[in-house]
Parts: sequence; structure tokens; C-alpha cells
Amino acid sequence: MRMLGRTAQHLFWLSRYVERAENMARLLDVGYRMSLTARREGGASEHMLSMMQAAEVEEAFAAKYDQADLDSVVHFMMFDPDNPSSVFSCLLAARTNARSVRTAITLDMWESLNSAWLTFSQIKPRDVKGAKLLGVLQWVKQLSHEFRGALLGTKLRDDGYCFSQVGNFIERADNTARILDMKYYVLLPRAKMIGGDLDIQQWTLILRAASAHRSYRHVYHDRYKAHNIADFLILRPEMPRSLVYCAQMIEETLGGLTKLYGAKQECHEAAAELAAMVANNSMDKIFADGLHDFLTEFLARNYRVTETLSDSYNFY
Amino acid sequence: MGDTTPFDEMYNADGSVREPYSALAQWLDEQPDRGLSLMSSDAEAIFRRLGITFAVYGSDEGNEKLIPFDVIPRIISAMEWRRLSRGIEQRVRALNAFLYDIYHRQEIIKAGRIPEKLILQNSAFCPEMMGLEPARGVYAHIIGVDIVRTGPDDFYVLEDNLRTPSGVSYMLEDREAMMQLAPDLFQRCKVAPVENYPENLRRTLESVAPHNTSGSPTIAVLTPGIYNSAYFEHSFLADQMGAQLCEGPDLFVDGGRVYMRTTTGPERVDVIYRRIDDDYIDPLTFRPDSMLGVPGLFDAYRAGNVTLVNAPGTGIADDKAVYTYVPEIVEFYLGEKALLNNVPTHNCVDSDERAWVFDNLQDLVVKEVHGSGGYGMLIGPTSSKALREEFKKRIEARPDNYIVQPTLALSTCPTFVRSGIAPRHVDLRPYVLIGDEVRITPGGLTRVALKKGSLVVNSSQGGGTKDTWVLEE
Repeated sequence: MRMLGRTAQHLFWLSRYVERAENMARLLDVGYRMSLTARREGGASEHMLSMMQAAEVEEAFAAKYDQADLDSVVHFMMFDPDNPSSVFSCLLAARTNARSVRTAITLDMWESLNSAWLTFSQIKPRDVKGAKLLGVLQWVKQLSHEFRGALLGTKLRDDGYCFSQVGNFIERADNTARILDMKYYVLLPRAKMIGGDLDIQQWTLILRAASAHRSYRHVYHDRYKAHNIADFLILRPEMPRSLVYCAQMIEETLGGLTKLYGAKQECHEAAAELAAMVANNSMDKIFADGLHDFLTEFLARNYRVTETLSDSYNFY
Repeated sequence: MGDTTPFDEMYNADGSVREPYSALAQWLDEQPDRGLSLMSSDAEAIFRRLGITFAVYGSDEGNEKLIPFDVIPRIISAMEWRRLSRGIEQRVRALNAFLYDIYHRQEIIKAGRIPEKLILQNSAFCPEMMGLEPARGVYAHIIGVDIVRTGPDDFYVLEDNLRTPSGVSYMLEDREAMMQLAPDLFQRCKVAPVENYPENLRRTLESVAPHNTSGSPTIAVLTPGIYNSAYFEHSFLADQMGAQLCEGPDLFVDGGRVYMRTTTGPERVDVIYRRIDDDYIDPLTFRPDSMLGVPGLFDAYRAGNVTLVNAPGTGIADDKAVYTYVPEIVEFYLGEKALLNNVPTHNCVDSDERAWVFDNLQDLVVKEVHGSGGYGMLIGPTSSKALREEFKKRIEARPDNYIVQPTLALSTCPTFVRSGIAPRHVDLRPYVLIGDEVRITPGGLTRVALKKGSLVVNSSQGGGTKDTWVLEE
């Protein structure tokens, strides 16, 4: 049976929103940890603000709140329906997309999402107070893992699978690029090679936000260094949240659609242009051309993949 | 009713067990103390996990309700079912013949057997359907007949439901749940299967595809979307049939044909099982403000390029005022006496009859002609005096808007409630498919009024459901 364009669209966004919920939880986790260790007055709220900047919700926050105090930020990031990327909004959007394509997802996918939603509905503001927050954020990450596990373990490898996977990796690429862009200046090469305390703190933030602070050691066997961190999150194909890995997965998955449908579309070109930015590139060259410009261009090309995908496959 | 005990499906008046229920009675005796209670909570978990819900309220997405499921099945003997299904088949054939006639030569009106005004000035009559030739001459392909029982041999049809009857997914899921909960009980009884309903639905829909369909017909289920209270059923049936689940914007009409937008371009659609009301299916022909329908759909239908199931305009045959004429309709088209009874129905237009109704209101049921779902109803015996006075005023103001029936003592069936097993009133909705042949799924959906003494079985008013068994010989 051929797939409705709307079905493809729902599958794509379903995966994106689950991935986004996970990323938001990770960012909030980092923001919270950093704010705890802030030494200067006002430092805590600065960390929170830059975290929200990476989540691209700082404007929506500023429209509602004057102060980035812990309670407001946690509420805004977890429960606020006015924040389109709050965990609440992501899970609601994911479940609404899933309800619309109940026949196109497996029972295991539906059940994992449905029970996550039912559990989340029971979480009250007092359940995220103080140290309890980290436990809840861990649970949000796990629900995303569980959903992805259900997808990988039970979904037919058909066009629907491709749309789900593309959504997952476009969202992840977007997230990693934004985290890097938020702190790109602490990654720039400098005369002094050994970072001070402040640098190390910032680098830890970046790595944690990409769940990369442990795996970094496995790859580099070295202390944190700006060059390595950038290399890890941009060019390392074994790092599952790196830009190069995501770009490869996007290209590969779209290749699956070419095989199924027997034709290439505009989005394949867009995906190739995205992958070209990170394939056979080096950090030295990226730094020489400008890291911030590189990331801005990467985000734009990533956005273009979504845009052309919608056109190519008749999303709404 | 009041002082007389209603007929019970399981127990005779002397307390002995009726024959079809003997295996169940023994099984119930064998259950441990908290057995049924555990089974009930297991059932709830099964339904909630599957997301079988019937309502979503506004933006509060978490608030999806389950229809309570009762773990004690309702059982119908093979003989009882033979009688019922013969009566049902006769009725649905006659009603389809009636629809064909009403939308063609209107012989029944010319013969003076039914008043012209009742048809032509009825809001359920659809003039756009005049002269149209639906595939195989069938208008109502999917029918859910509401039947109640008042005695061992007394069955009455309450309503015919020829528009878009819902609830069939509960019939299927109730069976699924029951087999998980009490597999041992199925080993002791020979229960006729209901599982082939989706397959039969598919065959029925394929059999009414337009003549110019090439290859095997493409079938779509047209739903208003996820916020519709029956959305679960729409997606369930599409899934079970292997049909495409579409919303209005997924479809478009081009050159008089209907297509759906797929990832690889347009694909022609041959049969649409639409779960959208007549008024909303095509903004160009019916309500112009409809966002749910497909512009041009009706013209494509008229041109014979797509089949709509059920056809628009079938409501004229299940209108409560037309209902009283069904025995007449059966005789007129089939030359047979109706096998199933109608509930004796009074109208209030005639002033003598109205006076009699007013004098006896505490024993009667008043229904709005176009009401449904148990709303806009007065049940005399359980009503307050104030409400009865209120209804008198309403009837006085618009006598043609109401019909009046005696309060039937609906049969009861043992039901597991908080206080244990107790009799509760039930009805029965068998599902009928009409295409190349008439297919009736043995059993149907039994709805049960969970409140003690209540006669209202609608899920919107606290009703539950039971698995319904037809025993095989």
C-alpha cells in the first residue's frame, strides 16, 4: 500500500519530537548542574540563559519571565505549553503525531509513547524540585531510548522507517550544531593551549549536553582540549551525535527511499550538500574558515533538507 | 414495569439457569473469591494499554475515557440467533429497497402507504440523491440494528442505525480481551467467531466498487481526525482491513475522480468508507463551511467514479418518524410479514393521542425525532414531576418533534459490579454488512446500563459493554 504524504510527515515529526524531548532534558540537566557550581553572583542565571539559547527558546522565555531563576526555568523547560520545545510540548506533539498514524507505527512504538505520556501527565512541579529534577530528566532520556528501541526493533524497514530515521537525525544534527554554536568561542584555538578552570567548565558543559563527556576519554585518551572536543562533535564518525555521523545517516536513509521509490528527489541533493560539509574535512580547515560561519551554514543546509523533503514527498 | 421483575438472560424466574448459560454458571461457581475483580482490572489494563478510548475532551489530551468492560459475557443460543438474524436480514433488505424506491419512482408514496410529507419534507431526505444509481443498488452497506429483549421470545427493534453506526471495534476488542481473560471458558462453549468482521467488511466494500475500477479496488476510510470520539475505531478498522486511513485534505478530486496524496504522487481511490456525516462530506454540495470533507466528492460519486459507504441520504430510512412504518415497508417491498417487532410508537400530533400521552407520561418514554446517544429523552418511570411538566411544554410547542413509546422492561444480564454479581439491563447491536450478499456477524455489541435499575445503555451516559456470544450447535 502506498503511503500518504501526511503519514510520512507525521512519522518524520514524531521522531523529531521524541529526539527533541531527549535533547531538551539533556540541556536542562547541563544548565542545572552548571548553575549549581556557579561561583559568581548571577552566574547561575547566565548558565541557564545560554542553555536556553542553545535550545533556541530564550526569546520565548524572555517574553514571559524577567528572571532566569531555577524554578521558572525548570517549569518553562519541563511543563510550559507556551514553550514549543518544553518536554510537555514535545511529548504532546509526539503523541498527537503518533495518534494520527496509529496504523503506520507498531504496537510497541505506540505503547512506549502512550505509557510515557501517561506517566508524564502524573508528574507534578514538586516532583522536579531540587535533586529530584535529575532523576526525572534521566527518565525523559530513557523514554526516548525506549521509543527508539521499539522503532529499531519492531518497525518494518519500509518507507515509514526511512521517514522516522531521517527525522531523528535531522533533529539531532540540529541540536548538536546549536550546542556547538552556543559556545563556539570557547573552542577557538588560542595561544595558551591549556584551558583554565572556566574553560574546562564550559567544555564539560558542551560534552555533557551531547552525552559525550565519558566517550571523549575513550576516543582521545587525553584531558579535555578544545580542538579535540570540536573534532569529536563535528568530524568523528564513531560519535553518534556528531554532525558527520548525523549527516551520513540522513544521506544513507534517504538512499533507502531512492531504492524503495526508484527515483532521486531534490532532498537527496540537499542531503548530499549537507554531508559534503563534514566529509573529508579537517578541524584545521574549519577553524581557518571560521567555526561560527561553518555552523551557521550547516544549520541552514540541515533546514533545507527538511524543506526539500516536505516538497519531494508531498507532506501537507 | 416497577413491580414486575424483567426477563433475565441467565436465570429463569424460579432461579434455575437457562440452558445457554449452563457452562458459564458452572465456571462462575469455580472462580476464586477475587477472581472476577482481578479479571476486571486486567481487562482495564489491556484496554488502556491499547489506547482503546472513546473520547478526547478539548485540549486536555490525557482525558481519554475507557468504556467499562464487563467480564461476564452475554450468551445467545443458536436457535435464538437463527430467528434474530433472519429478522435482521429481512429488515435490512427491505430498508435498502425502500431507499432505492424513495430516490427513484417513490412507488410507496404513490401507493399511499407512507405520507408524502413525512418523506419529502424530512430533513433526512437528500434530494441530491434522486435518480442516482449506487453500485448493486445498495445504499446502506453497514448497519447496526439496536435490539432489546423483554421475554424469551420477545425481541424489539429500537433503531435501525443506517448512517454511520459505531461500536464494532468494541465488539472485536471485547472478544479479544475475553479470550485473554478466560480462555478456559471458551474451551467449554462453542462460540461463533466474530474475528472475520474486518475481512467481511473489506469484501463488502470491494464488492460495491465502481464498474470502471481497474484491478483490485483501493479502499480508504475517511475520518474527521484524531479529535473525533470514534477515531480509535476508524484507525482500528483501516488497520484491520489494510485500507488507507484518510482525512479530508488527504483526498482531492480531479477530472471527476478521487485521488489521495501519497509520497509518490496521486493514487486513485475507488471506495470510501466514510465516517463523516452527510452534511460534511463535500463543501461544494453540502455544508460549505465543512473543513472535513473533500470538495467535488459528491460529483465524483454521482458520476459513478467512486462509491461512498454508506450512501448519503440513508438517514431517511432510520428517521424515528419513518421507523413506525418499517413493518409496512417490509410488507410493501418483500410481500412478507416483518419477523422482528417494532416498539409500538405514538405520535403527539393528533390531539386525542397527545392527551392520552400526557395522562400516562409516567409510564412512557419520550424521544426527540432527531435525537441520539440517549440525550433529549424522557424516561417516565424514573423521571421527576418537574421534568415531565417540562416535556409536556416542549411537546405542546413542537408535537412533530417527539415520538412516544411504552417503557420496555429491557432484559437483564448478570454483571460484575462493585457489590458483586447483579442483574443489569442490556441491549444488543448486531452489525450487518450488505454488498454482494448480506453478512451478519454472529452476536454484536451488548451494551449494559451499569447503574442499578437504569435503562440507558449509552456509553456517554455510563453504559458499559459485554462480549456477546452466539453458541454454535
